[in-house]
Amino acid sequence: MNETRRKMELGKDLIGLEHLPGETIRGILDTAEPFKEISERAIKKVPVLRGKTIVNLFFEPSTRTRISFEFAEKRLGADTVNVAASGSSVVKGETLVDTARNLEAMRIDMVVIRHGSSGAAQFLADRIPSNVINGGDGQHEHPTQALLDLLTLRDSFGRIEGLKVCIVGDIVHSRVARSNIYGLRKLGAEVAVCGPRSLIPASIEEMGVQVFTHVEDAIQWSDALNVLRLQLERMNAGFIPSLREYNRVYGVTRRRLEQAPRDVVVLHPGPMNRGVEIDSDVADGPQSVILPQVTNGVAVRMAVLYLLAGGAPERAEEAKKGEA
Amino acid sequence: MSRPLYIHGGRVVDPSQGIDEVSAVLVMDGEIEAIGSDISAPDDAERMDATGLAVSPGLIDVHVHLREPGGEHKEDIASGSRAAIAGGFTTIWAMPNTDPPIDDPAAVGYVRAAGRAVRASRVMPIGAASIGQKGEKMTEIGELVHAGAVAVSDDGHPVRDSGLMRRLLEYTQTFDIPVLQHSEDPGLTHGGVMNEGRVATELGLRGIPNAAEAAMVARDVLLSELTGGHLHVCHVSARQSVDHLRWAKERGLRVTSEVTPHHLLLTEELVRGYDTQAKVNPPLRIEEDVEAVREALVEGVIDVIATDHAPHHYDEKEREFDDAPFGINGLETAFGLCMKALVLPGHLTLSGLIDRMSCAPARIMGLPTGSLRPGAPADIVLYAPDETWTVDPSRFHSRSRNTPLVGWELTGRIRRTIVGGEVRFDAENNA
Repeated sequence: MNETRRKMELGKDLIGLEHLPGETIRGILDTAEPFKEISERAIKKVPVLRGKTIVNLFFEPSTRTRISFEFAEKRLGADTVNVAASGSSVVKGETLVDTARNLEAMRIDMVVIRHGSSGAAQFLADRIPSNVINGGDGQHEHPTQALLDLLTLRDSFGRIEGLKVCIVGDIVHSRVARSNIYGLRKLGAEVAVCGPRSLIPASIEEMGVQVFTHVEDAIQWSDALNVLRLQLERMNAGFIPSLREYNRVYGVTRRRLEQAPRDVVVLHPGPMNRGVEIDSDVADGPQSVILPQVTNGVAVRMAVLYLLAGGAPERAEEAKKGEA
Repeated sequence: MSRPLYIHGGRVVDPSQGIDEVSAVLVMDGEIEAIGSDISAPDDAERMDATGLAVSPGLIDVHVHLREPGGEHKEDIASGSRAAIAGGFTTIWAMPNTDPPIDDPAAVGYVRAAGRAVRASRVMPIGAASIGQKGEKMTEIGELVHAGAVAVSDDGHPVRDSGLMRRLLEYTQTFDIPVLQHSEDPGLTHGGVMNEGRVATELGLRGIPNAAEAAMVARDVLLSELTGGHLHVCHVSARQSVDHLRWAKERGLRVTSEVTPHHLLLTEELVRGYDTQAKVNPPLRIEEDVEAVREALVEGVIDVIATDHAPHHYDEKEREFDDAPFGINGLETAFGLCMKALVLPGHLTLSGLIDRMSCAPARIMGLPTGSLRPGAPADIVLYAPDETWTVDPSRFHSRSRNTPLVGWELTGRIRRTIVGGEVRFDAENNA
C-alpha cells in the first residue's frame, strides 16, 4: 500500500505529464472515476476542498478549460477567484513574478495558470509555495486535457495499453499534442502524429512517435484520432495556404473514416472548427466522444485538485461523501 | 617617464614568437623593451615576480556589448572594461547596438573617449554598418573610422539585404576594416528563442534552425568572393556554417570568424527547465555542433574566440523564457571556460589557446598588440593556468550577473592585467 502511495504522489504541482510515472497517471484516472458521479447528482457539491482558496489565473482567453476548472473547484467546495490577465508581462507592465508574489501575499492555496509562454507554469511553481496546476502553457503542456483524453479513451476501449492513437493537425503549436504523447506512451499506447510537415515540429520522432503526412494513412493505422483545432492565425502566418485546402487534404471526414478497417474513435479538445479540421457529420456522429471528453474534464480536474490538496487516491470515494 | 617594469620567473607563453618557457619580460615606456631568459633589469626597474604564473600577451575580444549609451542598468563602458581586465582582456571591441546605436562619428568618439577615461581595458568602438542599424542605408563609414571606429557591424541584427552587404564589403576596403556580420536569416528565425530540435520540441519553444545561420554565412562568403571585402562572421554556432567557412579558407578569401566560449562547450540541454540564463543568440546547439566549431577553431577554419559578452539586468532574465533577452555575460568566465573546453581535454595547448584569444585576433584585425615582441605595446596578462575557482557572479566586475555557469568550477585564473605597461588589474587588490 505504501509503495503504491508513493508512486501515485503528485508532488506540489501538476506542470506536465513528461515527468510523471505511468503509475501516477493511472492513479489520477482511477481517482477521477468516483468523482464522475458528483456531477450527476442534483446537488453537485462535496466538502473536499472546503476552506481552500484557488485562483484561476488566465493570461490567455479560455472558455472551456476555465469553466471546467471552476466547476471542478466549486463542486469540491473550494473558494475560487478568476483573474483574466491579458498579454505577457512585457505588454501589461507587471512581471509574472510580481503577479505571483502578490497572489501569494493574499494567502492562497492553489493556482491554475494558463499562459501563452511555454514554461510559465514551471516558472510560477518554482517561485510560490502554493500548488500550481498548469492549465496550458504556450506550446508546452496541457496536462489536464491529456488526462481527460486518456480517461475518455479508457472509457471507450477499456484500456490504453496497445491502442494506436494518432494526433492530427497543428502539432508544432500544440500543448495538447505534447501532453498526449507523454501520457499515451507512458500508459503503453502507440502514438502517431499527422499533419503537413510545416506543422510538425523538428525531431518529433525522437519523442517516440511516428509521423504521417497523409491523413488517409493515419486513419488506416489508428484505433483513435485526436483531432486538433486549427488556429486561423496559422494560415495568416503562412504555415498553410488556406483553411479550405486544409480541409481538403487533412480534414477528418465521414468518407475518410469509412475507409478505415475498424471503427475509429474520434476525439477533439475543442473548440471545433466545423468544416475545417473536422466535418460535422463526424463531430456529431456515432464515433465521436467529444462531449464525453468535456464531461470527463470536470472529473479529472476534481481528481487533480483532490490529490494536490493531499488526498489519497484510495480514499476518494469516502472523501466525496464527506467522510475523510 | 614611468619606471621600467621587469617581470621575471614566469612561464612566458607567446605563440606569436613561438615562445613557451620560463623567461623575463622588460617593459619600458609602455612598450615591450626586451624578452628573454638572459635579460637583466635596469637598476631603477620595478621587479614583478611571476614565479608559478604564466605571462602572455593580453587577451583581445573583438565582440562585446557595453550597453552604453541607453542600457546602463545592464553595463556601462566603465563596468564593462573593468570586467574585461578582470578577465585578462587588454583590448575589447564594443558593438554599436546601443540605444541610440553608434552610427555617427560623435557617438564613436564618445565611446572611445569614455573608454580611455576609465583606464581599464582598451575600448575600441565598432560603428554601425547602417543608419540606425536598420539595414537600409550605409553609415558614413569614413567618418566613423576617422572618429576611431575599427570595424562596422549591425550586430544584434543581420544585414539582411544582399545588395547592402555587397556595398559594405566593397566600400569598407577603402578604410581596410572588416564587416562584422551577425549571420542569421530572419525569415528562418521566425521568433525562435532556442535551437530548433528535440529540446525545443519537447519544451514547446520556437526553434532557430542551423540553416538560419549557415544560409547567411554561405551568402556572405560568396559576397566576399565577389567583392574582395573582409567578412568577419560573428559567433559561429552551426556545423553547416563551418563547412562554408572551410570552403572560404580553401579559396583564400578574406573571410575570418569567431566562436564564443559558450558555443565551444555548452549545449541546448542547458535550456531544459526554461533556464533563461542559457538563452542566447545564436542559441546553444547540440554536441555535434559543439564538436564541429571546436574542431574548426583547432584547425584554424575559425580564427578567434570572442565572448559576445552580453550583460543583462536580473529583472530582464527573471521572466518567461519567450520574453527574456538573449545573452550571456562572458568576459570574466571566458578564459576559464576556454581552458575547460579546449586545453584541459587536450584539444589545444595553452599556447594554442593564447593564440586564439590574443595573437590571432590581433593578426586578423591588424592590431599592434597580441604579442610580446620588442616594440609592441606592453599589454600583458599574468595568470595561474592551473588554479581552480568557482564561478560566483556576485563577484563579477560586470554590472550584470547573467551566466549559466553559476557554481561551475573553472581552471585558470587571471592574476594581473597590464595595459600599456600599467598594471590595471591585480587580483590581490580585487579579491
